Amino acid sequence: MIRLSNIEKRFGDLTVLKGVSVTVAEGRVTALIGPSGGGKSTLLRCINLLEIPTSGTVRIGEEELSFQPGGKPGWKDIQRLRGQTGMVFQNFQLFPHRTAVENVMEGLVTVQKWPAEKARDRAMALLRKVGMDHKADAWPATLSGGQQQRVAIARALAPSPRVLLCDEPTSALDPELSGEVVEVLGTLAAEGTTMVMATHDLRLASRIAHEVVFLDAGQVVESGPSQTLFSHPTRERTQRFIATLTQQGQQGEGV
Amino acid sequence: MLHWLTLMADSLPSLLWAALVFTVPLTLASFALGLVVGLAAAVVRLFGPAPLAAIVRFYVWIIRGTPLLVQLFLIFYGLPSAGIVLDAFPAALIGFTLNVGAYTSEIIRAVIGSVPKGQWEAAYSIGMSWSQAMRRTILPQAARVAVPPLSNSFISLVKDTSLAAAITVPELFQAAQRIVATSYEPLILYVEAALIYLALSSVLSALQVRLEKRLNQYGGFLEAKS
Ligand SMILES: Nc1ncnc2c1ncn2[C@@H]1O[C@H](COP(=O)(O)OP(=O)(O)O)[C@@H](O)[C@H]1O
Ligand SMILES: [Mg+2]
Repeated sequence: MIRLSNIEKRFGDLTVLKGVSVTVAEGRVTALIGPSGGGKSTLLRCINLLEIPTSGTVRIGEEELSFQPGGKPGWKDIQRLRGQTGMVFQNFQLFPHRTAVENVMEGLVTVQKWPAEKARDRAMALLRKVGMDHKADAWPATLSGGQQQRVAIARALAPSPRVLLCDEPTSALDPELSGEVVEVLGTLAAEGTTMVMATHDLRLASRIAHEVVFLDAGQVVESGPSQTLFSHPTRERTQRFIATLTQQGQQGEGV
Repeated sequence: MLHWLTLMADSLPSLLWAALVFTVPLTLASFALGLVVGLAAAVVRLFGPAPLAAIVRFYVWIIRGTPLLVQLFLIFYGLPSAGIVLDAFPAALIGFTLNVGAYTSEIIRAVIGSVPKGQWEAAYSIGMSWSQAMRRTILPQAARVAVPPLSNSFISLVKDTSLAAAITVPELFQAAQRIVATSYEPLILYVEAALIYLALSSVLSALQVRLEKRLNQYGGFLEAKS
């Protein structure tokens, strides 16, 4: 279980998250939706501590860490929490100087000190899972965006994280290419991978999310099971936002 | 004409010897040490505490703003007045190392900064520490971008070592000067010395091309990183 309690994040004078509380059950997929600049990425990055919350508590499984303004968490504590997470970025961020399989092995070999052979076996199994084992020895620059993102998903999964964080995993991709990524994420969801993902992609959210959290201006406006929230949003702001997403979806097939 | 050729042939061994024993080692050692200094200085300026970064900025400012020859004179002829007496070769080594360190720190700082922030985050996201991210993710990418400008520094350095002649290091250029003093044939000897410098820097240029080719193997990733 992941529980974010009262997360506040300030950048200087700008308060980007204003006391956000979200709970994600084990094995469930939660989609963070909301207008651009609403704080989705920041919230995700507060879970793996790429951003340190100004205040609040982050709990992932048995690991918990509380933050106070001015107090800096120790490196060990950050690692302890971050080790429970894997992250998929909008722009993939594969290591360009390593092949696909080396990208997936990197965390196992460098951080967890696995022997290379064992790491390669696991990396190959993960590449097979995302349908990229035939490109194991390819350089990232030679792969399409969708292929890079699938390798990036395998890389994030390699250390067996408790939760997979995805920040707009399909928004840098053409609709045809985003399909293959949605496919892979759907399979992971069906297998019970716990995920939190920020997305504008209605197809992605409605297809694989169990829960939806609508975040606007740093606050949770509404949240609930995805079926209910997409078909019967109660708050007017949510209704308007979902209407625009649906329109964009019809015009441009996903955004 | 024949006289010139015999003079060249006669002097060649001592010039090559001076290059082999002084010019090449001085170049290699001061470049290697200078890179270490440059990397440390770059890291301090990028990530270090403000007072330390200010000291490094001061060092770079001094070195880049004063002539190399003056720096060498200060170390070899000036420091003894402050009680620090150095032999010519160590004095030259220190001078060139400090010089290379200052210039390459600027290069290294720029190339480390050119690696996208997302690469740090990707490294952190799989659990790497700062130093693991630096070693495994950032420096390898920065190194590739750094090869052309660092090669330029290296090639300049080979030629700059001729300045060590002025502080009595018996390197290639000084060997030529000595022979001129007895043979009175400056044109021949200095052309000969110039040709040896040219050969040395050409070898380095060729090595640079090969290194760049090798580092290019992963399909021009610079264009691919958006
Ligand atoms: N490192 C940062 N420094 C300052 N402001 C930031 C930083 N990161 C994000 N912000 C600001 O926080 C707000 C929320 O951004 P973000 O979390 O990226 O929103 P979203 O992902 O929903 O589009 C934006 O106004 C953005 O400009
Ligand atoms: Mg975002």
